[in-house]
Amino acid sequence: MAEPAASLPTRPGPAGLAVSLRGVSKVYDSGVAALGPLDLEVRSGEFVSLLGPSGCGKSTALRLIAGLSAPTSGSVGVAHRSDAARARPSIGFVFQEPTLMPWTSVRENVGLPLKLAHAPVAEADALIHQALTQVGLAEFADSFPRELSGGMKMRVSLARALVTDPDILLMDEPFAALDEITRFRLNNDLLALWRNLRKTVIFVTHSVFESVYLSQRVVVMTARPGRLSAEIPIDSSEPRGEEFRTSADYAGYCRRVSEALAPSYSGQGGA
Amino acid sequence: MSSLQPPHLAARQATPDSGRLRLVRILLPAVVLAAGVALWEAVVRLYDIPPYVLPGPSAVFATLVGDWPVLSQSLLTTLQTTLEGFVAAGFGGVALALLFNQSKWLEYSLFPYAVILQVTPVIAIAPLLLIYLPQQTAVIVCAWIVAFFPVLSNTTLGLNSVDRNLAGLFQLYGASRMQTLRYLKLPSALPFILGGLRIAGGLSLIGTVVAEIAAGAAGAGSGLAYRIAESGYRLNIPRMFAALLLLSAAGIVIYGLLALTSHLVLRRWHESALGKEN
Repeated sequence: MAEPAASLPTRPGPAGLAVSLRGVSKVYDSGVAALGPLDLEVRSGEFVSLLGPSGCGKSTALRLIAGLSAPTSGSVGVAHRSDAARARPSIGFVFQEPTLMPWTSVRENVGLPLKLAHAPVAEADALIHQALTQVGLAEFADSFPRELSGGMKMRVSLARALVTDPDILLMDEPFAALDEITRFRLNNDLLALWRNLRKTVIFVTHSVFESVYLSQRVVVMTARPGRLSAEIPIDSSEPRGEEFRTSADYAGYCRRVSEALAPSYSGQGGA
Repeated sequence: MSSLQPPHLAARQATPDSGRLRLVRILLPAVVLAAGVALWEAVVRLYDIPPYVLPGPSAVFATLVGDWPVLSQSLLTTLQTTLEGFVAAGFGGVALALLFNQSKWLEYSLFPYAVILQVTPVIAIAPLLLIYLPQQTAVIVCAWIVAFFPVLSNTTLGLNSVDRNLAGLFQLYGASRMQTLRYLKLPSALPFILGGLRIAGGLSLIGTVVAEIAAGAAGAGSGLAYRIAESGYRLNIPRMFAALLLLSAAGIVIYGLLALTSHLVLRRWHESALGKEN
């Protein structure tokens, strides 16, 4: 079984930076200023949360990093892999909804990025199996999305983002629509994956508790157009688990982040 | 937020006695049919109505059996034309929609004419077509004109209803136009295309019948509609009824086949084809 393509060594960007945004802003065609100007640097292997009120441009920032839309001004830099064969940075994207193709199986959904890259079938099968195993859904490869629960669908979506072994994982409020227990479980699984795979993760959320629990650094954004309002490093002992969720440390960080976030909401006039 | 859905009240109420309900839904129309036929037969016999005014069901049935060699030949002709028109409409509609989807210029230039073809009554176009085209071709073109539009408009709707995030995902992974079309747009549009085809099946039968009738007097055709026109001139009313019966049956079978196809293709994933239980 051939699998070398999957195990390319990941390498930090020039200055150890995975992503750097400089003076990035986005104004939509309708004239609405959605974002910025925003400066943001994310180190390779770092887990960063973007936290802010709804509509502050967090998702826009992710789309800009992914290259799904172009900034109105400023520059977006994303570190490439060392092998020159790849023209585009390797990025995995997880949307707020699972965003699965309902007409085909879990296996086909997870394998989509490989299929689009014309990967050989045998190699793709091995990678799909690996990705599904990572999210604990190996035995559901032949199910259809329709047959899965909300949490399982989100896991499939995560497996699809992981299947290309990307350097950077962009997650846009991925667990917002799930119930609390499922969300806690997926938070833990995501942390475990991050510890093992050491990907750069940029995680958009509007939950203070989720951002503190998951990330090494919480970036608090202002109301629209979103700018950087505060950066709070979360230096807790690793690995985090349920005991961290109930610790005084955790409560303290949550209070600090909430306080940093409060001004972002004050200007909204009860919105 | 968007995941909030109203509970399936209708489904819940239907489950306890859905078996009996289904039986009733089959039985009731059957009873109505039997009653109607019986009444018809009774009226014809009671008032001694001659068959050239109104034949009873038994006379129609006897004609159906007696004239079967002629009628079956006509049925085959009509079905073949309908099929050809349907296939042409299916391919034509989907192909046009794909072209329009790839090029806005083409869409802007041609779509108004597709609408004009659709809104102009085909029965008014048919005589002209019969002048300029060989009869068999004219009939197929008529069937195509009536039937292609629902396929075109449904497919267009389907191609434009692609999930935005999925489209973003394809963009992220550098999908080519062809890949996006094949793996994303066409599967997304499939339920819409099948819906269009279901309408097109019945319409191509109508188009065929219209053209056959228009050709009727002068035509050398032998389709069912031609039989109806011809029998009308000869006051062979029972045969008119028998041919009409066959046309209805053909329409029902076409619709049933297309609905079944649609169900089989979509049953694993699309809401429209899933049972109430899951």
